[in-house]
Amino acid sequence: MSTVAAPLLNEGIRAKIRAYIGRYPSKKAVTLPALHIVHESLRCVPFQAMAEIAEILEITPAEVHDTMSFYGFFPQAPIGDVRLWVCRSLSCMLTGGEEMLEVTCAKLGLHGSGQTSSDGKVTVEFAECLGICDFAPAALADDGRIYGPLTEEKVNAMIADVKRGPQPIL
Amino acid sequence: MAAFEPVLSRNWNVAQSHTLPVYESRGGYQAARKALTQMDPDGVVNLIKDSELRGRGGAGFPCGLKWSFLPKDRKETLMCINADESEPATFNNRILMEKDPHQLIEGIIIGCFATKATAAYLYVRFEYIKAYQILERAIDEARAKGYLGKNIFGSGFDLEIWVHRGAGAYICGEETGLIESLEGKRGWPRIKPPFPAVEGAFKKPTVVNNVETLACVPHIVERGADWFKSMGTPKSYGPKLYCISGHVNKQTCVELPLGITCRELIEVHGQGVWKGRKAKAVVPGGISMGLLSADELDTPLDFEAIRKPGCLGLGTAAVTVIDDQTSIVDYLYNCARFFAHESCGQCTPCREGTAWIYKTMKRIKLGGGRMEDLTVLGGIQANLGITPGTTICGLADGAAWPIKNALAKFRPELEEYIKTHQDPRYAVTPLQTAITMGSPTTAAVTPVSIGMSSPTGALRSPHSS
Ligand SMILES: Cc1cc2nc3c(=O)[nH]c(=O)nc-3n(C[C@H](O)[C@H](O)[C@H](O)COP(=O)(O)O)c2cc1C
Ligand code: SF4
Ligand code: FES
Repeated sequence: MSTVAAPLLNEGIRAKIRAYIGRYPSKKAVTLPALHIVHESLRCVPFQAMAEIAEILEITPAEVHDTMSFYGFFPQAPIGDVRLWVCRSLSCMLTGGEEMLEVTCAKLGLHGSGQTSSDGKVTVEFAECLGICDFAPAALADDGRIYGPLTEEKVNAMIADVKRGPQPIL
Repeated sequence: MAAFEPVLSRNWNVAQSHTLPVYESRGGYQAARKALTQMDPDGVVNLIKDSELRGRGGAGFPCGLKWSFLPKDRKETLMCINADESEPATFNNRILMEKDPHQLIEGIIIGCFATKATAAYLYVRFEYIKAYQILERAIDEARAKGYLGKNIFGSGFDLEIWVHRGAGAYICGEETGLIESLEGKRGWPRIKPPFPAVEGAFKKPTVVNNVETLACVPHIVERGADWFKSMGTPKSYGPKLYCISGHVNKQTCVELPLGITCRELIEVHGQGVWKGRKAKAVVPGGISMGLLSADELDTPLDFEAIRKPGCLGLGTAAVTVIDDQTSIVDYLYNCARFFAHESCGQCTPCREGTAWIYKTMKRIKLGGGRMEDLTVLGGIQANLGITPGTTICGLADGAAWPIKNALAKFRPELEEYIKTHQDPRYAVTPLQTAITMGSPTTAAVTPVSIGMSSPTGALRSPHSS
């Protein structure tokens, strides 16, 4: 007896992905937008989602996985409600960025970059230059909120703000 | 000389500058109207050629010349706008898009009209979340007003702009890495030729331009090539957005004529080195460009002069100041880690070389440096990149340049660091010595006993007692 797994991507997600198809001369070009759409709603991109994206775009699951794995961006298990990137590149490093990453992790009880707080509210990751060096040392939430220049005290305020959950920025 | 009048940043301090009504109230879309209704495509290409506008994305390639490389008999043309801006210390494209998205859209309209492109893909790095949201709104506004879509300004010219978001990879800023990424593949740069102008995205002739390059275009159409060439230094004309960050009192982005000296930029616009200190070194245009020493700060930051002190180029004109309390080892370690992390791995010299440089810098930093490391680093950097001809793209040259310049300008400091930072934990082991000598002796391979008890609960190997 075999069972067919229920689809992971609901009709709303599928419609959003299909809406991108007319923009490009090839369906494969929708891979990255599709990965973003799935990641936004599931907070991760599991293997089954890759297979379903492949079906919509008429390519193979391996092609979707090949592309996805190149960008160390799409986790396969869900991350926290907010993803917080702390920059470690030159301008931030010079002004204390590495220390700010450590402090942020310590205050959240995390043992390092890539971990999620126990309440599931925030995942902290190091990042290379976020293009917000005018705020160095800087951090960025994945809803677009910018934090910086950070100090130990400002990290407290940042964590409190991030823990409010994703916020609209416009 | 007439006082310099900023144009690229002229709307930044105006309230609601990102909206269409405000942009139009400040003369917006008049240049696009002029180009599409009073000029023909070749006329625009020639105007940009006459202005000698050079690409602002890093390579400084003449924009008009690039546009004229498109095959004459092409049926379709695409444009890619490079907003992947990921070169460390660079953020001017972000501000251009957040504060004045319509200026960029107007530049894209004119650029596409000139090159006969009917679709433009705006590749924005994912982390520019606010810029992305603002651009989507601005494109909708422009489309609703008829500035995008069919028959723009009644000229018969059609254009759609699509925003395509990246996913955190620096290499997708390289123009063919960008194209591959746009096509839904890994962002692996392509071997050139064919150049994108001949065979680019989806196998079609494609123009790739940086955000700031295109933002200059409406102003050239409006004010003319002579106006553009009245600013700057020979071969480096026009206004430029300089970024300043690191050890300065004010981290900021400022528009100035090309060719300002590094010293003036730091003293006047960055309000001096922080904490009353002095600069030890300055990164002139993103970390890929190498570095200037304190006695080279009078170098003009333009496309040509910056090469004299041995830097790779102007890059993104993003200046990072390093103060005299900072070790050059920390700077090199940071750069090395970046390139090892971002190498796409296609070319062996880049994949292995960046990893090797990083491992060596890490060991030096931690107190295990050896004098011969400097010779080895010198050898690696000399064989890395499109300059020596061993790699597909310029990421590798960017990885080589910090090492190259630091060895040339700060070798005594590096030697001193190695001498004074020796941690016994990183000392050469007897086994390493024996392997180097090519004759492992039994003495050398005898396991060294480490004064540490095995962790409780550790897995026992069959050989342990
Ligand atoms: C590793 C690497 C990264 C690059 N990143 C960017 C970038 O983020 N933005 C950009 O405009 N150009 C970048 N470039 C330069 C592009 O390849 C290309 O020259 C540029 O987008 C062309 O536009 P322009 O002529 O208007 O400057 C990069 C080049 C290399 C080798
Ligand atoms: S030089 Fe480096 S980054 Fe560029 S294609 Fe080769 S491996 Fe990739
Ligand atoms: S170096 Fe940290 S945001 Fe640019």
